Amino acid sequence: MDNTLLAEPEITTSVFLKDVSVAYRVPTERIGTIKEYLIKKVRGKVQHKHFYALQDINLNVEQGEIFGIIGRNGAGKSTLLKVISRVLSPTNGRVWIKGVVAPLLELGAGFHPELTGLENVYLNGTLLGHTRQEITEKLDSILAFSEIGNFINAPIRTYSSGMVARLGFSVATAWEPDILILDEVLSVGDAAFRAKCSERMLNLIKGKSTVLLVTHSSSLIAELCTRAILLDHGKIISSGNGAEISDQYMSMLNI
Amino acid sequence: MLSDQANIYDSAKTRWVSIEEIKAIFRYKDLIYQLIRRDIVARYKRSVLGVLWTMLNPLGTMIILTIVFSRLFDMRGVYPAYIITGLIAWNFFSQTTQFSLNTTLWGSGLYHKIYMPRTAFIISVAGGGLINLGFALVPMALIYLVTRVQIHFSALLIPFAVLLLAMFTLGLSLFLSTIAVFFPDVAEFFPVLITAWLYLTPIIYPEKLLQDVFYGLVLKLNPMYYYIKIFRNLLYDGIVPPWWEWLVAVLVASVFLVAGWKIFTNKSKLFGYYG
Repeated sequence: MDNTLLAEPEITTSVFLKDVSVAYRVPTERIGTIKEYLIKKVRGKVQHKHFYALQDINLNVEQGEIFGIIGRNGAGKSTLLKVISRVLSPTNGRVWIKGVVAPLLELGAGFHPELTGLENVYLNGTLLGHTRQEITEKLDSILAFSEIGNFINAPIRTYSSGMVARLGFSVATAWEPDILILDEVLSVGDAAFRAKCSERMLNLIKGKSTVLLVTHSSSLIAELCTRAILLDHGKIISSGNGAEISDQYMSMLNI
Repeated sequence: MLSDQANIYDSAKTRWVSIEEIKAIFRYKDLIYQLIRRDIVARYKRSVLGVLWTMLNPLGTMIILTIVFSRLFDMRGVYPAYIITGLIAWNFFSQTTQFSLNTTLWGSGLYHKIYMPRTAFIISVAGGGLINLGFALVPMALIYLVTRVQIHFSALLIPFAVLLLAMFTLGLSLFLSTIAVFFPDVAEFFPVLITAWLYLTPIIYPEKLLQDVFYGLVLKLNPMYYYIKIFRNLLYDGIVPPWWEWLVAVLVASVFLVAGWKIFTNKSKLFGYYG
């Protein structure tokens, strides 16, 4: 059924997770000051409950795969994406990633309202790990796609929310990354722009990148994904091809 | 953006996180530039006088301090020039440390959204502080001109003094920011501490006032004392400090920077679990 129980990543591996757990420590009482902490530490009274957002996750995603992640709210999907995009380090286990990861989770991260659209393109682009030169090379296509026009030299506090979203989307999708992380297939703006978004997203998904797709839509999983996993309560409860997992998710919801 | 061997991230390799962070910073150097630019541009964009404020600020503080304190202390030299020299070094230190704390605590929303080397934020705060320090040299030169204080060749060594002060400040900022993630109270307490620190450092009064207090330990145990002294020696007194004072400054700066960097980079993987 799967090859997720490898001991080591292979040459064609893109994302490799071994026994990954994420445990949030929930203190039984709040400790806010160093003094309190030290007193309690000395007395051995720093007590925590552990809440496992992810538990013993094993994954092996091959290069170029479209890999689906599905599950109910709170199943741990977002936490899994955070671990793979390096925002969160696992409490236990090993995360191994090859290549540039582009998380399409936050459009327009770090946008500053006082800066112009153009200045924000550079700020947002460098936050996503691109160099100044790489941004300059893509600038024309970013601006053309965003349809911001002459407003690009105005501070973005003067933009409509649709314009901000369009600009963020244009920067985030300007490059074809090694690993693309998607929390739902994004589309922003008005109907015409949404069509453009969907087309660009599908091109990215079907391109060379490895894609990790989180979605509530079981039809998307069945249609696009070569393989998928079903998450519940922080654990992988089954894995298989897109159609199988999509069916399983549907029957789980009907209970 | 080709994937190659250098582009592998492996959380099992935890031995060299501090070194890996240095490599990451070189890859993200354009981000640091953008963050510095953002802080300066965004801060002054809507004010009429703009960046001029970086020069007017130390000038205003100096004038107030001169009016208030010049008769209180027995100063042989030129008080306004004496004050502003120490003040611009101090301002860099106090602004950078406090801004770092606030950036880590309140500006850390991005930490939970996308990956980037976390030290980039603190480095950019220090970088912005250095640019402000550069601007502040203009009103200082103006005061020297007006009060006819000569600038000597020793002033050519000021880049080294700035570098050492920046290393010390960056190290302390990294350390404080790490603590503040786990204990946010630090950010509330530090402004009080830094006010006390200012009054314990000879900036608005002559050094000799503290020379006999606790055998001069108040001075000797205060790292800022050495940096302020080197600053004032080079600019205001026109002398090159003796080698052992440089040595202390180099050692303190190196220890703080290395320790601060190690602590921050070793703990930053836990930041996602807090705040």
